[in-house]
Amino acid sequence: MISYFVRRVLYAIPILVGVNLFTFVLFFVVNTPDDMARAQLGNKRVTQEAIEQWKSARGYDKPLLYNDKAEGVARVTDTIFFEKSIRLFAFDFGHAEDGRDIGHEISMRMGPSLAIAVPVFGLGLYVAISLALMLVFFRATYLDFWGVVTCVAMMSISSLFYIIGGQYLISKLWQLVPISGFSANGIDAAKFLILPVFVGVISGIGASTRWYRAIFLEEINRDYVRTARAKGLSELAVLFRHVVRNAMIPILTGVVVVIPSLFLGSLLLESFFAIPGLGSYTIDAIRSEDFAIVRAMVFLGSVLYIIGLLLTDLSYTLVDPRVRLQ
Amino acid sequence: MENHLEGHRHCRVVESFIALMLVAALAGCGGIWNDPYPTSERGQNILYSAFTERPKHLDPAQSYSEDEAIFLAQIYEPPAQYHYLRRPYTLIPMTVETMPAPRFIDADGQPVAADAANVAFSLYDIRIKSGILYQPHPAFAREASGDYRYGDLKPVDLKNVYTLSDFKQTGTRELIAADYVYEIKRLASPRLNSPIFGLMSEHIAGLAELAKKLTAAEAKLAEMGEEDAWLDLSKYDLAGVEALDRYTFRIKIKGRYAQFVHWLAMSFFAPVPIEVDRFYAQKGMAARNLTLDWYPVGTGPYMLSENNPNARIVLERNPNYHGERYPEEGEPQDAQFGLLADAGKPIPFIDKVVFSREREGIPYWNKFLQGYYDSSSISSDNFDQAVRVAVGSDATVTPEIAAKGITLDTSIAASTRYLAFNWLDAVVGGSVDSARKLRQAISIAIDWEEYISIFSNGRGIAAQGPLPPGVFGYCDGEAGINRVVYDDVNGKPRRKPIEEARRLVAEAGYPGGRDAKTGEPLVLYLDTTSSGPDDKPTIDWFVKQFKKLDIQLEVRDTDYNRFQDKMRNGSAQIFRWGWNADYPDPENFLFLFHSSQRKVPLQGENAANYANPEFDRLFDQMKNMQNSPERQTLINRMVTILREDAPWSFGYHPKDYTLHHSWLANLKSNQMARNSMKYRKIDVVLREQRRNEWNRPVVWPLAFVALGLAAMVAPALRNYRRRERDTAGVP
Repeated sequence: MISYFVRRVLYAIPILVGVNLFTFVLFFVVNTPDDMARAQLGNKRVTQEAIEQWKSARGYDKPLLYNDKAEGVARVTDTIFFEKSIRLFAFDFGHAEDGRDIGHEISMRMGPSLAIAVPVFGLGLYVAISLALMLVFFRATYLDFWGVVTCVAMMSISSLFYIIGGQYLISKLWQLVPISGFSANGIDAAKFLILPVFVGVISGIGASTRWYRAIFLEEINRDYVRTARAKGLSELAVLFRHVVRNAMIPILTGVVVVIPSLFLGSLLLESFFAIPGLGSYTIDAIRSEDFAIVRAMVFLGSVLYIIGLLLTDLSYTLVDPRVRLQ
Repeated sequence: MENHLEGHRHCRVVESFIALMLVAALAGCGGIWNDPYPTSERGQNILYSAFTERPKHLDPAQSYSEDEAIFLAQIYEPPAQYHYLRRPYTLIPMTVETMPAPRFIDADGQPVAADAANVAFSLYDIRIKSGILYQPHPAFAREASGDYRYGDLKPVDLKNVYTLSDFKQTGTRELIAADYVYEIKRLASPRLNSPIFGLMSEHIAGLAELAKKLTAAEAKLAEMGEEDAWLDLSKYDLAGVEALDRYTFRIKIKGRYAQFVHWLAMSFFAPVPIEVDRFYAQKGMAARNLTLDWYPVGTGPYMLSENNPNARIVLERNPNYHGERYPEEGEPQDAQFGLLADAGKPIPFIDKVVFSREREGIPYWNKFLQGYYDSSSISSDNFDQAVRVAVGSDATVTPEIAAKGITLDTSIAASTRYLAFNWLDAVVGGSVDSARKLRQAISIAIDWEEYISIFSNGRGIAAQGPLPPGVFGYCDGEAGINRVVYDDVNGKPRRKPIEEARRLVAEAGYPGGRDAKTGEPLVLYLDTTSSGPDDKPTIDWFVKQFKKLDIQLEVRDTDYNRFQDKMRNGSAQIFRWGWNADYPDPENFLFLFHSSQRKVPLQGENAANYANPEFDRLFDQMKNMQNSPERQTLINRMVTILREDAPWSFGYHPKDYTLHHSWLANLKSNQMARNSMKYRKIDVVLREQRRNEWNRPVVWPLAFVALGLAAMVAPALRNYRRRERDTAGVP
């Protein structure tokens, strides 16, 4: 198990380098260092000298990937890519192009992101599994049929519709909660979270309920279910005690991998509900051509995704004693 | 039996839920639930506003955007400011005793007359008022011994420090002339990359030399591995700026630069105390975002007490503010609109200003309608809901909006949007007659009135020249009509008929939109920065305008970076752009046509690369003149040249529409003064009353939804119970 873990961690290094390189190339295909300087310095009265000075001060006056004027290893190390990327591996995100500390920003924004993402994830999972079990319980009845129709309809609607519709109905017409905003203080925080969490859960119900229903339906026809019924267990007991447990492997595959990514927040929800989280941070950085932030967020996303995959593998051993990691 | 009981339990849960909803419905009869602000703020003298983009810079040497000025202008006090009510815009003292007037000297330092040919320098002696104090700030805090309390911080001292308020002790000190000198030196700092350094180094004596010295000093620090160490700018002389005594400093300008006083009203020239620069430069501060770029320090009416640009930025009344009084005079109609009701009263009226971050327009607009923002601009999406424009009359708010007591404030921006022709282009550029006629024809064909109506909801006026209303030199009415593009019909401009434009196109050598020599159709290229499907109607509209002349228009759509590249290379043929005024002087618009400002090859601001020696001569004559009939005559001649040459199709001057709630007073649009927060006043009681009226929670739909859910689930439950009973009955 330990050797498996170490091997997976070592595999992660070339993946991270590759992701970093890919991000770097994509970013600089679209934006040159001159563009970045102009984005920071503004559009009026900016001289070429000011641009050169800005680039020089931040190390963007070097070649992107290969420095043919340098000697030896410096040909690779004395480049923008190497200098800007190497520190990421020590989780030193450095400073944004406007001089602000990225690590501090991430730590500040992680809380608000989690405040939305965790309840949406937890409640969404609970509701979707419950509804899926209910549909399976009432399978082949009108409830199952219309339930599936509703799920398909719900998953066909853009999440933007849920957001705008939720804001219109609940905040504008019924005036039950604030339409947007955020507070870090207990009760105050709750009134801001109700609507985005509700919208987040509702918008995800359609797809996930259908997915879990399919998993449970596959399980419900297995021999052990027939045996459980033959033993005289109620249908509820069969579903909750046996089917759910045996369906854990496919559920975990989809669920555990997402958990670390919750830190990264939700782009749309955060934007529309004015949640100062990491999702909106990334969007702002892309808009303002801040490569330092984009690079840090993509790197963080890759790391969290890799952790998610690793956790998924590890979780298999917890729910299924037959699985061995070697 | 167990299953039977379980079914009953489910029923009880549903009943309880419905009961809970009904209780909630009754409870909802009192109080409001959707207030986005803490309960403790209710009834307080706080102005609520919003911002959509996080400010990039709050350092006065770096900030050069409208979005940032709304914060900085309340905190910093440059020497001068614009009068809040008077029009045309007038500069008045802010921290200075009187508005500085230049003296002129020759190369030997001898005084000469203002109009003398041998003026080498202009000297501005600026005397500030005594007794002005900075806001409370830890940089000024001192020990009993007189040493700075936080002047020599070690890493351990910063262990639990994350914001400025974590420094428990604060202090203040008097504003002195040296603070202004220090800030002007900061404009030359290579660390700051001030956007106006290039411009100012052309005017302020010694600034370019100082920049070289500072760059060398920075390089030396970098060699020593101390690139982040504090560089004490007071140790570096700036030949053109010096403090003459505690309250007086002198700025030496190369030659004449009459517009320089306008820069003295911008935050670039706000004071920065050396203590503050040193305080923030200490090791470990930048890593905690403790920088002047994050926490500005000023002498203004407000100070920044919370900076969380992700969520909110809060300004609070500066307890050390030196005080100012509401203006006692303005335009004749100001008294009628109640704008002089508070004349002579001490300002600011408002205790605190809370700016909340709103990234999307929908929540912003709805919160304004609910009374949670005191003012709001109007997006195109909400325009029809908010504003009614009747033909031939001014825009008014719709009855629904008027019923809430909301008022509409409109003002024409000091800005010009245009479509430019590249003077270097072989087809549309240059002073040859054929190209000039082609440009004039296109100027007639592009129906900017229609553009404003379709794409800006009528918010703008068609431009007759480069100067917007409110700037000296702009002519209203019959005298201001662009007779190349418009006919004068009873003193009002009417766009010339398209036949006139077609005739010009034919005279230019393209009859019927084809080259008379080759018979090839005329194809022109428009460069825009439009992006996405939303901009397609605009592009199609431009194609249609050229089609009127049988000219084929190809639109080259790029992102803003590539567009700027084209401008720098001069490779665009026709392009759309705009200019917002830095200050209300015709020089700030007309310099866009001066040949010394050409983008190619001089990288100036003349993006059309227009060059006309006669225009240049008149501009050089006009730029340093005082506003006078003679100056107006020169401007008229210059504008006439531009209309004839038509390097731009003068587009429009946008109109700003802002809605205000009835509880907000002393509102007058000022396109130049950004420090208007100190004049505003709120009727807090009325706001509370209106918020309570408008935001009563409506809870009956919840009960309705609960009943609906119960109705859906009940048959299923019944079905479940029957199934369980059936199963139990099987032998």
